[in-house]
Amino acid sequence: MRDHFAAKYLRVELLPTSFCPGCGNGIVMNAFLKAVEELGYEDLKEFVFVSGIGCSSWIPNPYFKADSIHTLHGRAIPVALGLKLSRPELNVVVIAGDGDIASIGLEHLIHAARRNADLLVLMVNNMIYGMTGGQQAPTTPLGFETSTTPYGNIEKPLDACALVATAGANYSARWTVAHFHRLKESIKKAMGKRGFRFIEAVSPCTSHVVRRLKIPVSTYIKQLREGSVLVGAEEGMGKIVIGEYADRDEEGFIERMYKYINRLRG
Amino acid sequence: MSREFKPCVNIDRCKGCGICVDVCPVKIFKISISPNSRGYYYTTIVGSGCVGCRLCEYMCPDFAVYVVEDSL
Amino acid sequence: MRMLISGNIACAEGALKAGCRFYAGYPITPSSEIMEYMALKLPKLGGIFFQAEDEIAAINAIIGASWGGLKSMTATSGPGFSLMQEGLGYAVMTETPLVVIDVMRVGPATGQATKSAQGDLMQARWGRHGDQQLVVLAPSSPQECLDLTVKAFNISEELRVPVVVLSDEIIGHMRETVEIPEYVEIVNRRIAEDLSMPPFHSDNPREAPPMPILGRGLNIMVTGSTHDGWGLRDTRGFETHFKLVRRLVDKIKLNAEKVFEYEKYNTENGTVGFVSFGSVARSVKGAIKILRGKGIEAAYVNLKTLWPIVDDPIIEMAERVKAIIVPEMNMGQLVWDVERVVGDRCIVVPLNKVGGGEPIYPSEIASKALEVIK
Repeated sequence: MRDHFAAKYLRVELLPTSFCPGCGNGIVMNAFLKAVEELGYEDLKEFVFVSGIGCSSWIPNPYFKADSIHTLHGRAIPVALGLKLSRPELNVVVIAGDGDIASIGLEHLIHAARRNADLLVLMVNNMIYGMTGGQQAPTTPLGFETSTTPYGNIEKPLDACALVATAGANYSARWTVAHFHRLKESIKKAMGKRGFRFIEAVSPCTSHVVRRLKIPVSTYIKQLREGSVLVGAEEGMGKIVIGEYADRDEEGFIERMYKYINRLRG
Repeated sequence: MSREFKPCVNIDRCKGCGICVDVCPVKIFKISISPNSRGYYYTTIVGSGCVGCRLCEYMCPDFAVYVVEDSL
Repeated sequence: MRMLISGNIACAEGALKAGCRFYAGYPITPSSEIMEYMALKLPKLGGIFFQAEDEIAAINAIIGASWGGLKSMTATSGPGFSLMQEGLGYAVMTETPLVVIDVMRVGPATGQATKSAQGDLMQARWGRHGDQQLVVLAPSSPQECLDLTVKAFNISEELRVPVVVLSDEIIGHMRETVEIPEYVEIVNRRIAEDLSMPPFHSDNPREAPPMPILGRGLNIMVTGSTHDGWGLRDTRGFETHFKLVRRLVDKIKLNAEKVFEYEKYNTENGTVGFVSFGSVARSVKGAIKILRGKGIEAAYVNLKTLWPIVDDPIIEMAERVKAIIVPEMNMGQLVWDVERVVGDRCIVVPLNKVGGGEPIYPSEIASKALEVIK
């Protein structure tokens, strides 16, 4: 009897996942694994996944049946870079959340994009710190109530895609889990490119975001598709901008590094 | 040759989030009135006429719902 | 080949000889020469060098490169060393071989960037949160910088543990004749070709488990969370954690005899003794001469390994001498160890001087000895 298409890439003995019911992590996993399947990979042998700390960092470790390094909070990108430099033939993919990549790890994100480091970074953006109980994130919309902004967030959120594009990455794009097909196609496209590829997947956090809005997660996902999410208080949140912020084909860091080394070795 | 699609539910993996119920274009799913071994009210197949769009399979965060194709 | 080089350059040469082929670092006085030398030499040997955006990126990048299979290293000083602590803890927890050189300067905080000190001793041993142990080596000459950096790589590969080489600005910048050997004895990590044995467990507590190679389809899970022998995270169980942390700590403790290196002099005869490390050990040797000139027999133990420590040489000296003086360029850190080890056997007297990079002069050490034994 056939199983779910993703099962062959997963440690099914560990299912169901620890994620909350309706958590977008599983949908992002589906998009990624469907992309992998459509590209012809029968397994994840050629990949090494690096993740940080947070709910989405648990996607590859332990659920993907693959090599994975589960690092410190915010430090997936430098570990991935060191690994990729030492083993350029490996397909190194970073999967982590918005807090991990765009808050504590923002410094590493910017410089990896600047270097055009040959990594695929999939940032699962649920606009909150989910694992630790629903605190504000740099991607939390203005006005939103979280456990550390109990009277409404007074900070404007960060547009990580724009930042990465400006820093010089070859690819920067944002989709939501409601745009399954586009997210999957974007991942496939990114896999075929060199340099730094950044894909932000806006995703529901059932326990700390959706719950506060008092709507079912399926409604939240519909609203992601319709381009807006209710927030309440003050200015509220505008539309979520989806699409590709950058699509270049410049020499990646790995290529440049190895050319440099080979030139010097003489 | 007609294609027949059969939706399947892995009851133990389902967490009753209801996404499949919402995305299915032919409204095949409904949340059950009894819970699974983990206490989740899992999704059940109540309708027919699955068109094989696999939206349920792609949008299920727990790999609990999927479509099997029986080609005739 | 004999060359007149500084301690910093000697460290870098030692690293290259030991097989280091990956360096990621961040500039910080007084260690930057190590990084610059690696930038110059590594690419020509086919190694990889890049300057990271900060010390945190540096330590994490060398962790990634080590899991990629390369011998990796970075160098820093106090402030950067502080930033690297979390990464070092991760390397201990995941049993990742790597070497970090801390060329100590005056702290705390920015302190006196260009001036030598010895204030990072406790931090080198204990700076990580939680239960962890790693190996700390302390050179007291440029030759030892080379030799101990080679040893650092060998220990880190054998025990799958990060090793800290605790140098200081005086040693790092002084120039002496260093013998750079053609070949050195190299230890490489044992590689696990498959997962027939758990990669994060060893039945022999003295031995590190063989390290698997990524990218071979073995589906290895490396995590900084508490994990079982297979790398599967277990953040609930008492047994898993206690077993893991017991093994990580024992791995160092039980190898103390093997790893511990020191230099002793006159410990069976001295009236007064000294325990020291790093650049201060050099002054102690000068003090010995001054005291002999005054008819006083003095002894010393120069620690070249600051963790793990074997107590015997200090105890042996404590049983003979009237007093042990512990000169250090800090406000008192090594002295606590000596007091603990010595117990009632003799009195222990600290000699603390730090600031301006001013060394503790042999005359100051000798005067303290005379004062104490009166």
